Amino acid sequence: MMAQDIGWLKPPLVDSSSTPSIYRMTRRGNLSQLLTLKTFRAGEWIVEKLLAAAGMISILFIALIFVFLFKEALQFFKTVSPMDLIGKWVYDEYDEKWVFKTMWQAISSVPKYSLLPLLCGSFLVAFPSTVISAVFGIGCGIYLSEVASDKTREVLKPTLELFAGIPSVVIGFFMLMVAATPLQDIFHTKFRMNAFVGALGVTIVAFPIIVTLVEDSLRAVPKALREASYALGATRWQTIWRTTLPAAISGVSAACILGFGRALGETMIVLMVTGNAALVTGNVFSTVRSLTANIAAEMGYVEHQSEHYYALFLVGAVLFVITFVLNIFAEIILNRMRRKLRM
Amino acid sequence: MNRPETTEKNLKTEHKSGVEMDEALVKIKTRALSVYYGATQALKQVDMDIKKQAVTALIGPSGCGKSTFLRVFNRMNDMIPDTRLEGKATIDGIDIYSPNINVVTLRRLVGMVFQKSNPFPKTIFDNVAYGPKLNGVTNRSQLEEIVERSLIQAAIWDEVKDRLHRSAMELSGGQQQRVCIARALAVSPEILLMDEPASALDPISTAKIEELIHDLKKEYTIVIVTHNMQQAARVSDYTGFFLLGELIEFDKTERIFEVPKDKRTEDYITGRFG
Repeated sequence: MMAQDIGWLKPPLVDSSSTPSIYRMTRRGNLSQLLTLKTFRAGEWIVEKLLAAAGMISILFIALIFVFLFKEALQFFKTVSPMDLIGKWVYDEYDEKWVFKTMWQAISSVPKYSLLPLLCGSFLVAFPSTVISAVFGIGCGIYLSEVASDKTREVLKPTLELFAGIPSVVIGFFMLMVAATPLQDIFHTKFRMNAFVGALGVTIVAFPIIVTLVEDSLRAVPKALREASYALGATRWQTIWRTTLPAAISGVSAACILGFGRALGETMIVLMVTGNAALVTGNVFSTVRSLTANIAAEMGYVEHQSEHYYALFLVGAVLFVITFVLNIFAEIILNRMRRKLRM
Repeated sequence: MNRPETTEKNLKTEHKSGVEMDEALVKIKTRALSVYYGATQALKQVDMDIKKQAVTALIGPSGCGKSTFLRVFNRMNDMIPDTRLEGKATIDGIDIYSPNINVVTLRRLVGMVFQKSNPFPKTIFDNVAYGPKLNGVTNRSQLEEIVERSLIQAAIWDEVKDRLHRSAMELSGGQQQRVCIARALAVSPEILLMDEPASALDPISTAKIEELIHDLKKEYTIVIVTHNMQQAARVSDYTGFFLLGELIEFDKTERIFEVPKDKRTEDYITGRFG
């Protein structure tokens, strides 16, 4: 090892008593020793590991939920064929013939576990609510990001985010007690509680999500692009329509997908206001039962580890897969946008 | 377009800047122009005559107001809240800050190229066609013609003609900047403002842009902000030196660089500060 005078490390004209310790140390030790010395700070080590653990635990929990859910769901197929998830041939004693029944009727002499009515229910609620939230949410996001003054935004944005904080049972109660009857009068629907009322309720929770994400993605569009557009003589509206919105289109699509995922996952509002009759229908004014509401409604009285119990887990797994896929889609689309804008 | 010849005889007006210029050759004129951002004064009483079909360079240290000055002419400063302007800025004798001026039309007349190349995340074709489309050109063949002409003018046609329908983001920085110049030219402006157009580019791309500026001045009035003294000397006919919002000296480029009148100009161009 070289032992050499490394006094040159000390800056000139500095009083040695006030110089930083590294200079004093190097005067005594030697440079190669100093440079290879590992610094160990216990506090830093602990914090680092704790943060890593926090991150890992959340992944672990998701993985465990995933495993548990699928383990239970797959038990269902021990006793029931996958075909039953679509429908079941049942002998109708009254008509004296075999009929193909696409019904969810778990408590019955011949239990029927068709997912079709539940999927219909979920989509009849989630789809209209996403369309409504997207139309107003994109408009509102554009307003917040491009038009509103800072002051307006400071008031409006937190107010909108409050919507997301309203407990869904409160929204469900409001839709049930206040909104459902006038809506029936307006649309002259057969059922007071129907998918459309549910969709409007779910809109209240999906809308703020879409607004926030749309606004974020519009604001992520570099200012330079807007300037370029204005400098070419574009008006504000032309700039929004031809530059800002197209540049943010991936973020806007992702916002809609995530809003859709949220709408699919919503349980309480749907359970309270859609009437819960599991029908295979395409009519939004029909009463429906969603995947989520079905679990919530039946989990309370299901017999532990029965066929019915596993069927509910299967419904949960289906829901999980759908939202999981939607989220991955949204993530891919957002990544594409970040690449496109070079952020 | 009538282009009166400059002769010693018809140089009539004289300003404190020291430049004598025939009124008929003046494209842009400012008188006692001050710009404020809130309480800060970014420009102080600037008088300048900018000549038609010539290159005018604005030099000075960072924060001296040269970019603010440039952005006066297409009113891009309007977009910054709390901006206030005093004095007069005219183009062809028309006060561009008079209340009945249509800013959108003004900006179609005064093109701008920015410091950092900022192509839209669209195809090269759509980038250049953006301005004409705003002006209501929808005919495909007409658009193609404009795009080709602009790209040729911006000296990038040969490099991109085979990939007009690929994203402009795939191009190199220097190519992007020339596409941005083509985009600005596509609306047939009369004035081209360039805010340090080559500051982020390598020497070869810079040389190409400078050559381009030299060609463009035959048709356009060009105002260029630059940090690069050699660049100002190479490309411009007139140079204005700004310091702390003030126009210290404005003269023909060779005079600014050879016989500056003001000590501060001399200090700056010889690199003693800034």
